[in-house]
Formats: sequence, C-alpha cells, structure tokens
Amino acid sequence: MAAGSSSFSDFLSMAAPELLPSAREGVTAAGGVSHELQHGTTIVAAVCDGGVVMAGDRRATAGSMIAQRDIEKVFRSDEFSCVGISGVAGVGVDLVRLFGVELEHYEKLEGRSLSLEGKANRLAGLVKGNLGNAMQGLIAVPILAGYDEEAGRGRIFSYTVDGGRYEEQRFASLGSGSVFARGALKKLYRDEMPVEEVVLACMQALYDAADDDSATGGPDLSRRIFPVIATVTADGFEQLSEEDAGRYALEVVNERMQAPDGPPAAMPQITS
Amino acid sequence: MPFYVSPEQVMKDKADYARKRISQIRSGVVITCDAGVLFVAPNPSKALRKFSELYDRIAFAAVGRYNEFESLRKAGVRYADMTGFQYDRRDVTARGLADWYAQLLGALFTDSSKPYEVEIVVAEVGKSADSDQIYRIIFDGSVAEEHAGFVVMGGQAERVAEVLKARYQPGLSLTSAMGLAISALAVQNDGGTQDTITADQLEAALLERSRTHRAFRRLAGSRLDTLLEEAKGTPELPASAGSAESANGTGSANGTKPTNGGNESGGADAGGTDASGDEA
Repeated sequence: MAAGSSSFSDFLSMAAPELLPSAREGVTAAGGVSHELQHGTTIVAAVCDGGVVMAGDRRATAGSMIAQRDIEKVFRSDEFSCVGISGVAGVGVDLVRLFGVELEHYEKLEGRSLSLEGKANRLAGLVKGNLGNAMQGLIAVPILAGYDEEAGRGRIFSYTVDGGRYEEQRFASLGSGSVFARGALKKLYRDEMPVEEVVLACMQALYDAADDDSATGGPDLSRRIFPVIATVTADGFEQLSEEDAGRYALEVVNERMQAPDGPPAAMPQITS
Repeated sequence: MPFYVSPEQVMKDKADYARKRISQIRSGVVITCDAGVLFVAPNPSKALRKFSELYDRIAFAAVGRYNEFESLRKAGVRYADMTGFQYDRRDVTARGLADWYAQLLGALFTDSSKPYEVEIVVAEVGKSADSDQIYRIIFDGSVAEEHAGFVVMGGQAERVAEVLKARYQPGLSLTSAMGLAISALAVQNDGGTQDTITADQLEAALLERSRTHRAFRRLAGSRLDTLLEEAKGTPELPASAGSAESANGTGSANGTKPTNGGNESGGADAGGTDASGDEA
C-alpha cells in the first residue's frame, strides 16, 4: 500500500523475488547441463520507412539436437515496441514476459506510456539484473525495436549480457546466426526502404543465417513453419499472419532454387 | 489517563465519520450497455482520475478522497499484474479483485484510527452484457455484486439511482447509456439539467466489449463531445420500461447503500452485511 516506484520488477523484488528471472541464481549451470538447455538463435531487425521490422527464426537447439521447430522468439512488448531474444530460451522468455508487464504496469500507474528511450533503459536494467544468471552460463540477450512517437521513426536497441545498451542506426542482428544475417542485410539494406522490402530483406537474411549456421532454422515448407515477422509503425505493433509470412518465405525459397546464394550485390565497375 | 471505549462505540464512530464524509461526495455512475461498461462522473480535473484500467477487461472506479482511492488503485494494479504474471492473464478476475479489495478495506477499517473515505467499484466487461460483472465495495469492506446493470457511488447515490432505476433497461446503446447517466447525475446539481453538463465537467470511460486485449478506453476530447451531443439529442427513455426489472435487483445502489439505521449496535457492519452476505 505504501507509495512505491512504478516499476513492476522493483515491486516483485520486494513482494515475490522468487518470481524474477534472477531467481535461478545460485544454481550452477556449468559443466554438463548447458547442452541440455534450449537455446534460441537468430533475430534480425531493420529500420524501414516509417517504422521498424523484426524477424526471428523458429528453431531452438539443445546441444546438437533440434529441441523445438516452432519456438517463437519475437514478441510484442507493448503497442509501439517489440522484443526478440536469443540465448537460453527459458531465461529469455521470462525476461520478455517481465518486460511486457513492466511496460504495462508503468502505463497503468502513471497514466502514460514510457518513452522509447525509457523502455530501452528499463530493458537494460532487467538484463543487468540477469547478470548473475549469465555468469553461471544462463545467458539470454534481448534486442528491442520500437516506433518512437516523438521522433516519428523506428529505432533499434541491442544489448550485451552486462546490461550494456547500444542504439543501432539501421539494422542489427542477434544470436548464433547473426554474423551471416548481418552480412546479408549489409548487402540488401538501403535507407528509407518501404516496409515490404525490409520484410523481404529480413527473410533473406534469416535464410542466409540458416544456410550457414546449424542452430538457425530455415523456412519449413512441409510443416508450414515460417519466421515470425513483426512490424512496428505509427499504427502500432503488427505481427504478420502465417499466410503472409509464408508468402515472403516462399518467394525467397523459389528464388534460391535458381540462385542458392541469394541475390548478388551490384558491384561498381572498376575504372582504370 | 486512559479511558475505556467499547468496540461498538469505536466502530460506530468510525462508520459515522466515513458516512458523513462520503455523503458530501459527488456521485458517479457505472452502467452496462451494448458497447460495454460505461463510467461517468463529474470531474473537472483532467489529471486526477476517478476511473482507471486495472487489467485487460477490468476497470476501477472510485469516489472519495483522491489520495486514498489512488493508493487503493495502485495497490490493485500491483495485485492484478502480479497475479497475471504468476499464473495467466485469464486468472485475473473482477471477482478476485473485489474480494481482495474487500479484505483490504475491511482490515483498514478495523485497524486504522480513520477509515478510508471512499467507495469503489470493480467492473469487468464480458462477452455479452449479461456476463458483465460489477462489484461495489464500501469503506468498511462490505462488497456487493450489482445485478441491476448499473451502480451509483457517492453521497447522492439514492437520488441518482432513482433516475436510473426508473429508466434503465438492458441492451442500451452507448449513446442512450450516456444520456441516462448525465440525466441521472444532473439530479445532484441543484437546479441543473442534463443540458447544462459539458464535456469538460465530466470524466468518462468505457470498457469496450469489442476490443480483444485491453478493453479500457477513456472517453475524452472530440469523442466525448460528439457522444454528449448525440446523447442530449436522443429522446429521454420511457420511465416505465426498465423499472420492473431493476426494482427486483437486490444489488441496486439503494439496496446496498449503508443507511443511518446502521447507527444501532453493530455500527458499521449493519450497513453492508446483508448485501455482502449473499455474495460470499
């Protein structure tokens, strides 16, 4: 009943600390357990004209085994932001759930939404709170994308396990396939791309990640499991339907039947 | 030198104090209609709200001392968010919150030297109007589930409820419900009528039935202006249609309003126990 802060995680840490993601601390994951935990893998995010796009593959691995084919790693965190996770899935999902309640809680208590910067800082705080877990091998790292209502554009924030928060200017990737995904985005991305083209570029990037990283899953046409794709614009958060995501995935797969390495980047002519 | 004061006297004094203070509070109404659950109260402030979202389909309404019901509201949001986080979003219910508020207000009434000068309503919008739930909780923790389709909070509850009782009928449109609400609330403005009420004197909110996730929406600005204009333009509802039905409603504001009859021994409890008894 006493006047407290508007943070749900602060309240939880007093009222029910066992519900926080950090409650796993003290249990050592080193040694034999780590390969039995489910790990989520690749997320990409890119700013588009009037907003931002985030996409994640659907694979979770436990060691070399595919633990789940249809896990979701991109979530709506509130009306104007979404968050993707990579790393130990259990910790990551906990973090996302807590973050979602955190944003809604603030909104209800204060009567207004947090600014996008505020959301990014709050997420950094939650990641920092998970540092003890990370030190024991339970590493989960989020990526935040949102529409900044004040600035009128999409923005992306990436994080490191220590709670470091870094704004990304155009696009970003996260997880085991992130290196390949970023390479692909680098060649495909242009400033001010319309949202549909950025969605396609993200799909291409995830395909390339799945192509070269065994822990990232590609589009599963036989089971109809496609990457989760979210867009956040002035109209708010929207997740593409399975049908729409499938259409983009099919386009990429069909194209790769002809050119397995994907669209080539245009090279400037050498002038001698 | 310490004096002995009997528990009866202590409770009676606290209840009298609370009733006296609440009788001076302007009333607010909560009405179910086809669009959802509508909340209307006179409130010139745009910053200090009487109506707020508690959880997805549940809202909180209160009249009384702002600092007191605001702390109750915040505590309720914390309780709801924690319950939803621990279990599932569907496991946060108006019934659970009403019970929790009843415990809290009951304990505050017994334990603190000054009772809370508030009346609160916890309402949940259902899939259809007959699955809407409205609970009214008063200063001593008495809780009543309202079945009449409306409830009035505050000092003028009886006078305002008379109008509602006479004219309310199930299946009202949002416009008619707003019209009914403002004409009922106009009773407490001496000499005022519904036509003199303007949007900036009102606070209004709706738990919107058709919304899928978070149903609470404030009605303000142009939306409220338009709604008020339409509501004033509609002919007044016949006085007879709904009266038979709501007269039977055990839970109308009149039925549960603590009366001065509670001054007899038993004090505060006498006001609300009959209403809360059948609920529990």
